[in-house]
Amino acid sequence: MNEILTCLLVVGLIGLIAGILLVLASHFMMVREDETVGRLRECLPGANCGACGFTGCDGYARALGEGKAEPNLCIPGGNETARQIGEILGLQVEAVEAKIAVVHCNGTCTASPARAQYDGMESCRAVAMLFGGPGACRYGCLGCGDCAAVCPTGAICMADGVARIDSRICIGCKKCVETCPKEIISLVPRSGKSVVLCSSRDPGAAARKACANACIGCRKCERSCPEGAVSVAGNLAVIDYARCSGCGLCAEGCPTGCLKAADFSLAGAV
Amino acid sequence: MDGFKNIIMIIMSSVLVNNYVLSRFLGICPFLGVSKKLNQAAGMGVAVIFVMLMATAVTWPIQIYVLDRAGLGYMQTIVFILVIAALVQFTEITLKKFLPALHKSLGVYLPLITTNCAVLGVTINNMTDGYGFFESMASSLGCGLGFMLAMVLFSGIRSKIQESEIPTPFRGLPVTLIAASFVSLAFFGFAGVVDHLFA
Repeated sequence: MNEILTCLLVVGLIGLIAGILLVLASHFMMVREDETVGRLRECLPGANCGACGFTGCDGYARALGEGKAEPNLCIPGGNETARQIGEILGLQVEAVEAKIAVVHCNGTCTASPARAQYDGMESCRAVAMLFGGPGACRYGCLGCGDCAAVCPTGAICMADGVARIDSRICIGCKKCVETCPKEIISLVPRSGKSVVLCSSRDPGAAARKACANACIGCRKCERSCPEGAVSVAGNLAVIDYARCSGCGLCAEGCPTGCLKAADFSLAGAV
Repeated sequence: MDGFKNIIMIIMSSVLVNNYVLSRFLGICPFLGVSKKLNQAAGMGVAVIFVMLMATAVTWPIQIYVLDRAGLGYMQTIVFILVIAALVQFTEITLKKFLPALHKSLGVYLPLITTNCAVLGVTINNMTDGYGFFESMASSLGCGLGFMLAMVLFSGIRSKIQESEIPTPFRGLPVTLIAASFVSLAFFGFAGVVDHLFA
């Protein structure tokens, strides 16, 4: 009993002395922090997603305070955050282009049947290393959900063998884009009105054989677009969102339905 | 003269033979985490040397004059953790006030060291080896230098790795760990050198 008491006393005393010392030190040697950094930090959403390119919201706030960062880099915060930051720093802020991630694949279980049975670690990275995955299409979604695992907001779910991103929840942090071993996820502007849901670069016949929803590179969309925003390169349609007017003609004409009309501004996953 | 020789021997052996990172495998976390760039590795090394010396200077008297007197030698680990954590925080506050330039260069690394096992390992090993105060300080200096040497060497290797073409499955952490094991293997060549050098 006695020993326990001495033990408690000695350790407690050392802890107390250390604590008092720290309190005194922090009181007497306080350095006034730059207040703007604290205020900037409060405007940021605190998701620590790293989309701005800094180590987190704290890092971004510090960089803003030192004038080393643009005020419109916070993608989850969007225009509102950029405006608040601009007010604090007294800067004119260009509007943030809100972006969301889109999985460029629609190779569902029925559209693109597997050519082999995979029985191993449930991770896209592992699957991709084994002959590029068991699917008939070499380019498509592997469906193991690595992207869903890294998504900080839980916007991605796996449905019918393909990753689906809920555009209402997606904050455009780019984490899934970096994770996907097939590189089929990309960021598109929220104002975009159509998306290409395919990443296959196989020639038309081969792509079609592998997946009923594949882009076959028929160039119909390219011809139908009045703005010249859609182009087919390497057997795959690509939309230039800077030129897209959102008329939807390309989606109407698409024979396989890989080019779809979309509305990211409102509810509904693609 | 004998004492001086002893000190030199302690420093040499803790830098090369008993290198904390490469042969005792303590402090692997910062070794892998902060060794990507040379200047960061060197900064972390300096910070570790600094904290190791400070920690030893404080923990040695506490062990000898407080814990051993009260017969509480077995509370060593807990008390040392407590003291080192408080000490690092105190150092950070002091540096911030009086040496802002040094604080800025060490700033990121100091909190990381708070719970670094290499620092705790040095202070505890000094006690286990039964070193006196000056021997303990020499050993801490040696261990810190050894840590810095390992960090700087490894950052050089990592910059080489970054430029080379590596098979996909090995990219990132795997190849880093393999490289670390080779460096560690190389340091085993020093075993016995110091004993014969000062025999």
